[in-house]
Amino acid sequence: MSTIQLIINNSPHQIDVDPYMPLLWVLRDKLNLTGTKYGCGLGLCGACTVHLDGVAVRSCQTAVSSVGTKKITTIEGLSTDNSHPVQLAWIAEQVPQCGYCQCGQIMSAAALLSKTPHPTDDQIDSAMVGNLCRCGMYQRIRRAIYRASAAQGSRSAGHAAQKGA
Amino acid sequence: MTISRRAFVVNGAVAGAGLFIGVQLSGPLLHAQEDSRAPKRPNPNPFDAWIHIKRSGQISLIVAKSEMGQGIKTGLAMILAEEACVDLNAVVVEQAETSPDIYPDLGTGGSSSTREQYTPLRRAGATVRELMITAAAAKWSVPKAECSVKKGVVYHAKSPHKATYGELVEAAAKLPLPDPGKVELKDESEFELIGHATPRVDIPAKVNGSAQFGIDVRVPDMLFATVARCPTFGGKPAHFDAAKAKAVAGVRDVFEIPPLGADMFTAGGVVVVADSTWSAMNGREALEITWDHGAAVSESSDGLRAALREAVQRPGTRVRNDGDVDPVLSNGAKKVEALYEFPLLAHATMEPMNITIHARAGDAEVWAPTQSPDWVQGTVAHVLGLKPDKVIVHTTYMGGGFGRRYMADFPAEAAQIARVLGKPVQLVWSREDDMTHDFYRPAACHYMRGAVDASGRPVAWFHTFSSTAIATWWHPQESPANDESGGARQMPYAIPNVRLEYNPSVSAVPRAWWRSVEHSFNGFAVESFIDELAAAAGKDPYEFRRTLLVKPANWKLKDEEDVDPARLRGVLELAAEKSGWGKPLPKGKGRGIASYHSFGSYFAEVAEVTVKGTDFTIDRIVAAVDCGKIVNPESVRSQTEGAIIYGLSAAVKNEITIKNGAVEQTNFDGYDPLRINEAPPIEVHLVVSKEEPGGMGEPALPPAAPAVANAIFAACGQRPRRMPFQLKTT
Repeated sequence: MSTIQLIINNSPHQIDVDPYMPLLWVLRDKLNLTGTKYGCGLGLCGACTVHLDGVAVRSCQTAVSSVGTKKITTIEGLSTDNSHPVQLAWIAEQVPQCGYCQCGQIMSAAALLSKTPHPTDDQIDSAMVGNLCRCGMYQRIRRAIYRASAAQGSRSAGHAAQKGA
Repeated sequence: MTISRRAFVVNGAVAGAGLFIGVQLSGPLLHAQEDSRAPKRPNPNPFDAWIHIKRSGQISLIVAKSEMGQGIKTGLAMILAEEACVDLNAVVVEQAETSPDIYPDLGTGGSSSTREQYTPLRRAGATVRELMITAAAAKWSVPKAECSVKKGVVYHAKSPHKATYGELVEAAAKLPLPDPGKVELKDESEFELIGHATPRVDIPAKVNGSAQFGIDVRVPDMLFATVARCPTFGGKPAHFDAAKAKAVAGVRDVFEIPPLGADMFTAGGVVVVADSTWSAMNGREALEITWDHGAAVSESSDGLRAALREAVQRPGTRVRNDGDVDPVLSNGAKKVEALYEFPLLAHATMEPMNITIHARAGDAEVWAPTQSPDWVQGTVAHVLGLKPDKVIVHTTYMGGGFGRRYMADFPAEAAQIARVLGKPVQLVWSREDDMTHDFYRPAACHYMRGAVDASGRPVAWFHTFSSTAIATWWHPQESPANDESGGARQMPYAIPNVRLEYNPSVSAVPRAWWRSVEHSFNGFAVESFIDELAAAAGKDPYEFRRTLLVKPANWKLKDEEDVDPARLRGVLELAAEKSGWGKPLPKGKGRGIASYHSFGSYFAEVAEVTVKGTDFTIDRIVAAVDCGKIVNPESVRSQTEGAIIYGLSAAVKNEITIKNGAVEQTNFDGYDPLRINEAPPIEVHLVVSKEEPGGMGEPALPPAAPAVANAIFAACGQRPRRMPFQLKTT
């Protein structure tokens, strides 16, 4: 056991935990942040996706001691009121069925859009290929990413216009 | 709120409880009133849902229908709100807790929820409206005919009187219930909710992590458990050493549980209990177990495949016999024969099996992601030696069902563990457990022979098949011919001589219902072979099917599995039209079609594929749907897309194989469903229909695989006859 400091969703946490425990289980079993899901334990399904300093990682493959000072963002930290453009797009396109994989899908999509605001189909494929959806909602996921991309685009365009004025 | 039996009985004494109406959803009509003054329940209780109208005017429909992404909480609310004349957000569908006296039937499966509950729920809603109008008319001393309802408010046409449902509840509770069989239903042209695409109520919680799935249940002082099961079906621990497991940090206990038979079929094994899921998994890794592999250790997929191929050469149970196939088959102008083969399949729900149980002295509480809370309740009660009414099951959201969550094996294991611990415990299956200890879609082999005459008309259809039948797993003495042959038995094409035979094959691999059940292979056999006959006849496969879908003048629906040829032809024509059937495609591309009826709904699907050497891609699927009256078109589209992708995963990628009596695939590396880069765009076209609602969870699945196989044949002349498809170098 060792004492580990983590910054999760902008809040500091200190926990006594096996340093090899994957971040997934620290979040779920020690901190009760259950939006991050267990699906395969081998980094094959993406249900456990979180952000470390904005980069999408599989928390089931991330030993808690390896996180260091990187800021962790989980689905609970994306927004508290479903106001993130990706969440809004997910609702507008009625993406989830069972919903179990969707927190991971959303975290992968949010990371993609933060780096690539206007992704192509191929870029969407590469960013999302690691996220399985057994309900098969892939075309809705793709549409929602385009929708979020457009919403972000119009928001930043509007922002720029305002600044110009 | 929870209706426990006690709460229900005392509600009459509680001021402000509002009005309860018992509803019989599984039967023809709702029966009678249970109101707040007269808490006398008929025995046995005929109701399986309750409408609770609160003094706030809010209406709860309390019903045990599991939400697994099919949108049932939204659909049922739409139906009730429509006829009750209230806003959709005035109705909340609450998950019923188990109580055998209050809810006799609690299962969610067989694509049944909407089709069975559409009319009873409309009548229930109309009853609410009628009661409120009666109460208002009496209050104002005016004729009922002068009163009308809009959005939960009753208005009087000739005066400014108006009253909300909330204001009328108390008076309404004192009225006799109108005969639910005679209440006036809305004219369908007046529908404001039913038939209109409506956002699902469960979605917002599913995009921010707040939706609580079974695996997310957290109870004070809970522990986490895993079970090491023998990889071989039917095997058990011969000996185990727990020392190293007990030395793992966080591990609290290690003990053995025996396998359970009868209705549960659990593997038994060695339990590791810990203070976190990860410690429990690590503890299990550290166990040293010597297995007694048992008799099934000799089973293999190769052996099973050979047995299935041998079985279809033997005469089987005759399930259908029209005309006389044999002489025509020996004389037909052109003969065709084909062998189709299907592997075992796992459900692979995204959320692995899990359940949380707190067994106390004398009762138990269960949090279960389940399609069958009543089976869970009975099983847990049986294992704990309690009466069922001492076990409360809370049904949570679940990460996929597809039939797997109908099973009661994981609840039985968890009850065995909870009994030892006396503390709340969550049993978590790893992905590996889930993949290797499923109840699998049966393996099957279909052998078909047919003949077309000189004019290109099919004149004989002989279909014989064998499978590791579901029924024989549960009841070895039972004849499964009828159960396994759904869809093959109702082969809808007008062919004068038809014979269908069936032989079961033996296997130790557990099996049960997998999305669309037997239709998943029967649909492929029928819709591939009709395509083969069309090719032999030199006819266009769409036109060939179309001319064979003939509705006899005296045709009548005798049971719900019967196929109405006109409705099937309708979707076939719609799919052909929308897909541009017949338009030329570049070399290497092909179009295939399949149409099929199951669970009361009709689907036709056109696939477009590109074949390059032994590789192929699915470029597009166009689906036409006739599921009768549609409640929520959004859910119909979503279920169509999902079932097609589920079916295509099996068609082109997935297979469970057995070696030494154990499953070889352990995770998504060996059993990888379609991913985003492989999933074709799917267009869904809906037929406007006045027919009764059909099922939607499953019936889009069966035609997907044959549409793709037929498209591959059209593209390259090679016909995939074994799933998952593999093309050969030509």
